[in-house]
Amino acid sequence: MTRLVRDTIQIPAKAGTHAPGSRAAVSWIPAFAGITKRCRPRAVRFYLGWLLFAVTICVAIPAHAVRPDEMLADPGLEARAREVGSELRCLVCRNQSIDDSDADLAHDLRMLVRERIKAGDTNDQVIAYIRSRYGDFVLLRPPFKGDTLLLWGGPLLILILGGVAFARFYRGRNDTAPTPLSAEERRRLAAVLGEGPPQ
Amino acid sequence: MNKRGWIFLVPAAVFGLLAVGFFVGLGIDPSVLPSPLINQPAPDFALPPLEGDRGFSSADLKGHVSLVNAFASWCAPCRAEHPVLNALAQTKRVAIYGIDYKDQPDAARAWIAELGNPYTRIGADEGRVGIDWGVYGVPETFIVDSQGRIRYKHVGPLTEADIGQTILPLVARLEK
Repeated sequence: MTRLVRDTIQIPAKAGTHAPGSRAAVSWIPAFAGITKRCRPRAVRFYLGWLLFAVTICVAIPAHAVRPDEMLADPGLEARAREVGSELRCLVCRNQSIDDSDADLAHDLRMLVRERIKAGDTNDQVIAYIRSRYGDFVLLRPPFKGDTLLLWGGPLLILILGGVAFARFYRGRNDTAPTPLSAEERRRLAAVLGEGPPQ
Repeated sequence: MNKRGWIFLVPAAVFGLLAVGFFVGLGIDPSVLPSPLINQPAPDFALPPLEGDRGFSSADLKGHVSLVNAFASWCAPCRAEHPVLNALAQTKRVAIYGIDYKDQPDAARAWIAELGNPYTRIGADEGRVGIDWGVYGVPETFIVDSQGRIRYKHVGPLTEADIGQTILPLVARLEK
């Protein structure tokens, strides 16, 4: 694996020094200019390298800060703890959940969540317990209520305002249909088109 | 076209609204979160003492107005705040209690020995009592009334101005 990646990285460097005349079919792509028929195995490795890179990027998920010694022995309970943890904001790192954060407070909250779950609390009860101490801010999904009306209603409000503006704009256009030509204009038009006597 | 002349005022109006919004935003400290514990009874707790044999528990808060200060020896702003607490303790206007938050007892004892002790009682907390108080960083300071309800929370180090303009007037009001 390591060798594959290392070899892959070497290819583009050689591409820059490639002499004209030995171009392969793909040489019109600048990055592939160094790949000749002669070094086909390298080309394969090159493609594999990029494939590996692409796959790695696709399957990459945020690393969790949950430590093995924090986990509950029961996988079902641990899964519930993760569910709860992903809903709770770390108040030190703010935009991370407590499962994602390495902060000390996040560790304490993870332990607390697991303790409550082991004690038989439902997920909602655990969240309510922490919310009663830290307020709505601890919830990564803000609740819908008076304070958050603008937050949740904002997109809808913008959609409505935009729709109204859009409708007015286009209706306004239809309202201003061209005024018909006056008699004088009609006469001049006919003259230009050669359909009547010039004045 | 003249009928639509107002449309040129729209960018100016949007700018005006944004300017007002940003100006108001300048005065908002994003590190300060509203606490849901205001006007709620202080949590029940019993902390072991940092030194000596007098721990700190919720029973200590009944019957008088108290100031509860969460601090730690590893916290630099706490060091800056400490002289302010010492001066407040000198006035004897309010009982000051300390929650030594997630600290090493030795380090905390050395810290108190070096900087002075404004606290009537200090409880050593491993973090759980801090969570019950909604502490998310140190220093944090709470004012608790004589019924044991939390009436005010201050996030960050207290300054002389905070004491004079907010803490002492509030203590006087709660004592009435």
